[in-house]
Amino acid sequence: MTRRGERTQQLASRAVQIGFLLGLLVLWYLATNFWGVNRLLLPNPVSVWHQFVDVVASGNYLPDLRVTATEFAVAFVLATASGTVVGYMVSRSRYFTRVFEPLLAGIFSVPIILFLPLYVLFFGLGPASKIALGTTISFFPVTLATIAGFGNVDRTLVTAARSMGASDYQLFRYVLLPAAMPVIMGGLRIGFTIALLSILGSETIASLAGLGHHIVELAEDMDMARMFAYIVFVVLMVALLNFAVSYLEARGRRHR
Amino acid sequence: MTVLRAASAGPHANGANTRPLRKFLLRHPGVARLGVVVVLLIIWEICARWFMDPLFVAPPSRVFTSLGAVWATEGVPAALRITLFELAIAFAIAVAVGLPVGLAIGLQPFARRSLMPIVLLVYGLPQITILPLFILFFGIGPPSKIAFGVTHGIFPIVITVVAGVQNLKPILLTSARSMGASRWQMLRYVIFPHMIPSFFAGMRLGMSGVLLGVLLAELYVSTAGIGYFTQMFTQNFDPTKLFGLIAMLAAMAIVLNEIVRRAENHFSRWR
Repeated sequence: MTRRGERTQQLASRAVQIGFLLGLLVLWYLATNFWGVNRLLLPNPVSVWHQFVDVVASGNYLPDLRVTATEFAVAFVLATASGTVVGYMVSRSRYFTRVFEPLLAGIFSVPIILFLPLYVLFFGLGPASKIALGTTISFFPVTLATIAGFGNVDRTLVTAARSMGASDYQLFRYVLLPAAMPVIMGGLRIGFTIALLSILGSETIASLAGLGHHIVELAEDMDMARMFAYIVFVVLMVALLNFAVSYLEARGRRHR
Repeated sequence: MTVLRAASAGPHANGANTRPLRKFLLRHPGVARLGVVVVLLIIWEICARWFMDPLFVAPPSRVFTSLGAVWATEGVPAALRITLFELAIAFAIAVAVGLPVGLAIGLQPFARRSLMPIVLLVYGLPQITILPLFILFFGIGPPSKIAFGVTHGIFPIVITVVAGVQNLKPILLTSARSMGASRWQMLRYVIFPHMIPSFFAGMRLGMSGVLLGVLLAELYVSTAGIGYFTQMFTQNFDPTKLFGLIAMLAAMAIVLNEIVRRAENHFSRWR
């Protein structure tokens, strides 16, 4: 395809995307303003927008945002630290890998959200249960990716480095780590996403504070416009976070 | 503990003093794996029996013997049946919608380029934040659980189907067309057989998505499903029954995952 054809195609697909989103907005507006959809089910986009501006300007999202962000940060750091260490230790021996890897993969395939009532029983309704659940859930993808990353390093690279007299530290720093990094990054990415999801989820189901909790509270008050505004807010925050992570990932990849 | 010590010796332990047990374990990692699970269960049993509050933790032996009592609790079999029913319907809808949508998006380069970013964008959003909306729209009965399961399961299916179509070698399509294959024949003999691995990978991801969605909605609010009973057992400080119920659900999830995985292995054998 010529370069020009490609450009027009790209423009056309952008147009379709924007048109799709605009169409949804227009449908939403028409449905609430003219087709008599109940305001309690679907609030008017204009009032949602006003509420959204109010939420952002008044800053009363800050306490909830702080709770959720702290829970998430602690859980992700814990999962990353424990996951990479355990994964590295397991990956050191082929025998350990064969013993533990299927076990971890098996547990990972069980929806761990099932154990949420147990976590609430053990750790209470506060942030501790969210942190514990988020850590558990994101521990598995990080560990599995670390095992896969270190386990599949090309043997010839290791042998070559050894025969050139690399020390254990040098071997780890200059051969094993760079070779395993892309796979580990993939695992961290998955862990990041599902830690965030499970923390928002457990806040929605049983909690005292946090963004998920606030949304449920608004839903129970039937304050639909404000609830939509909060949903938009959370979605925007998550999209921003995802964008930042993708950017960092791309940069990390380039530096290798 | 022997198991752990034998395992920690690693693969380089075939010295002169290798004992038969160690040798056996080295040759059968599966047995060692089972040993690890047994050791963990024993640790749990000891902790729960002597060191922890019986209001919060139940030892595995008691959980196991309580399975019958959980099953006999008024309403539990019905609740499990409802959850299984919700899972089945949600999975069926997710596959029935996700597969054609994925094919339609994947087979058209223009549709792929314009619609895939939207699909990926929506998939990346935390759907849990709109769970209260699902309850509002569909009520607190099974429909809201099914709907939430569908929206969780459909995106992985669409995305893997699109990726599968994208990985088709163009030469296969061109040669089939030049040999005069009709549209249906192309689908039947070229596209479907080559899609099977990614299709089943999508089914597996879709199944775990559906499980997540349905269970989240169940835990959030429910009148008769398992969410209701986990709440009840937690509030009554009856950890034995709670553990038992969760064990049953986990077994159900494992069986469902295993069925899809087996199907995947079975159908991709021709390669």
